[in-house]
Amino acid sequence: MPKNVNIDEWRGIWVYAEQRRGQVSPVTWELIGAARRLADAIDTYVAAVLIGDGVGRYADEAVACGADRVFVAEHPELAEFRTEVYGRLVVQLVLERKPEIFLLPATTQGRDLASTVATDLACGLTADTTQLEMDVQKRMLLATRPTFGGQQLATITSANWRPQMATVRPKVMPRPEPDPSRHGEVIRLEVGDVAADAPTRVLKVVEESNESRILDEADVIVAAGRGIGSKANLYLVEELAEALGGEVAGSRPICDAGWLPKARQVGQTGITVRPKLYVAVGISGAVQHVVGMMQSGTIVAINSDPHAPIFQVAHVGIVGDLFKVVPALTQAVRQRGRRAVLETVGG
Amino acid sequence: MHAVVCIKQVPDTTEVRIDPKTGTLDRRGVPNIVNPEDLHALEAALEFRDRFGGRVTVLTMGPNFAASALRECLALGADEGVLLTDRRFAAADTFATTYALWSAIQKIEKERGPVDVVLTGRYALDGDTGQVGPGLARRLRVPLLSYVTAIEEVDFEAKRIVVQRHIEGAVVTLESRLPAVLTCSADLNQVRYASLPALLAAQQAQVTAWSVDDVGADPEQCGLKGSPTIVSKSFVPEPRTDTCRLFEGEPAEAAASLVDFLIAEHRIPGFEPVGAKEA
Repeated sequence: MPKNVNIDEWRGIWVYAEQRRGQVSPVTWELIGAARRLADAIDTYVAAVLIGDGVGRYADEAVACGADRVFVAEHPELAEFRTEVYGRLVVQLVLERKPEIFLLPATTQGRDLASTVATDLACGLTADTTQLEMDVQKRMLLATRPTFGGQQLATITSANWRPQMATVRPKVMPRPEPDPSRHGEVIRLEVGDVAADAPTRVLKVVEESNESRILDEADVIVAAGRGIGSKANLYLVEELAEALGGEVAGSRPICDAGWLPKARQVGQTGITVRPKLYVAVGISGAVQHVVGMMQSGTIVAINSDPHAPIFQVAHVGIVGDLFKVVPALTQAVRQRGRRAVLETVGG
Repeated sequence: MHAVVCIKQVPDTTEVRIDPKTGTLDRRGVPNIVNPEDLHALEAALEFRDRFGGRVTVLTMGPNFAASALRECLALGADEGVLLTDRRFAAADTFATTYALWSAIQKIEKERGPVDVVLTGRYALDGDTGQVGPGLARRLRVPLLSYVTAIEEVDFEAKRIVVQRHIEGAVVTLESRLPAVLTCSADLNQVRYASLPALLAAQQAQVTAWSVDDVGADPEQCGLKGSPTIVSKSFVPEPRTDTCRLFEGEPAEAAASLVDFLIAEHRIPGFEPVGAKEA
């Protein structure tokens, strides 16, 4: 596929600063942190692209997290993300300023925008990456992504095309510590009649309750799998979660059966989580589940089958009957918890 | 009404097991299925035809044996199955894949009449990129309606559709012009079952097979040649050096020592080891 791109004309690493209903998504800071690390390796700048209505107030935070430049496009017509409208703006900006790398979040918005922009620019796009490295000499992005439900990894490159585009899964890159003393340049874009001819119109946005985001924030998650047997037995994981101060989640069969809401489904077709502690109860560890929780700090597995794949990813575990082990765990945690409280009171 | 449904034949990843000895994927005997969400796209198209009449064409790219996936769709009620098959299509990334699908849709439009809507699943079980639908919409220069969970209104004469899209933390109702590309979620509908006679008939059904030349595609833009990205390395994640530490004994005993370990190692947020303050 012939393409005349003078690679040396393209410099800088860009991040799409995703906003939803006026608020910048946390994954944006993670991407800026990753971009900073890559940019330092090849001595170039980091820019954030912020599009919306009244979102310019986030520019300082982008700079504090590592951006050198922030492009801001604000207009009432840009309040809600629309693929075609945002896509046109971004393509124009990329063609004007020629970044060598462009990172977007692997979210509903980021995936749509990335593919739209990459198609227009005829450049390479690697979806849902979890690791980013740089071949410094070739200024080539080495984007690694899980395939086949996560147990196989592929490193993808796009050496001869610019920009090199990738979407990055939320929560796989650390969130940088903001440095308020950093300086950056805020560049406001002329957007004009941005939505003229737009083929789509947002009629309504209904926000879901916080329920849908509970697992995003949880430090501790206790997840139930098929081994739990029936909905009536879920109290076992609920009690353990309560003792640990955590949230209850489920694998796909549990949520498909309607025992737990979809918002609590961990895995490839559910939510990716990254708690400090993840307790997998009666979960065999199918790859679809593992991909959604493998980034957890400590993984505890409780399963009666010593050969269950979950023990391949767990840090600690007990091979045993969950109906005996889980109540024992709950009791042990409650005892320790009480001890900690007593000590605080006594001290 | 003419709907084109893009499907993919994928290995049933729910059947893939991890070999406990090597930690690698064991794909032996894994059956090939129609990507589950693509069946919801097909169902949406069939429901359009139930209401408005017209035609449903199912399109896929793959090796010869992918014809079986098309036959499954024919058994469910699709009017025609089109298989893009040619060694030159192989090893396409999402960019080259959308080019091939776009080329085929051009030919379908020329020979079978205008296409009102293109539908596909949200993403494929194996590749899990979710990028082909959006890329195809851009190639076709039509709006993209992705992550669709409900179709509220559709009017093919007025060329207008209203859908609900489920995105992070919200449901967005979006009005769009037609034609458009829809990527469908499993929540959109219930997939119908194929009758046994239909399944048997579909076994014998003819599938249209097109090559690079048949669809008038530029071979330089197809398959590996037309892919701006390449897989430079494929590997199994490094085996963890720390194996799972198992706590043994009676349930109460094992549970207590596991919890003690977690607390001592500061693995439970908010729980301090007893005596930590004095230390």
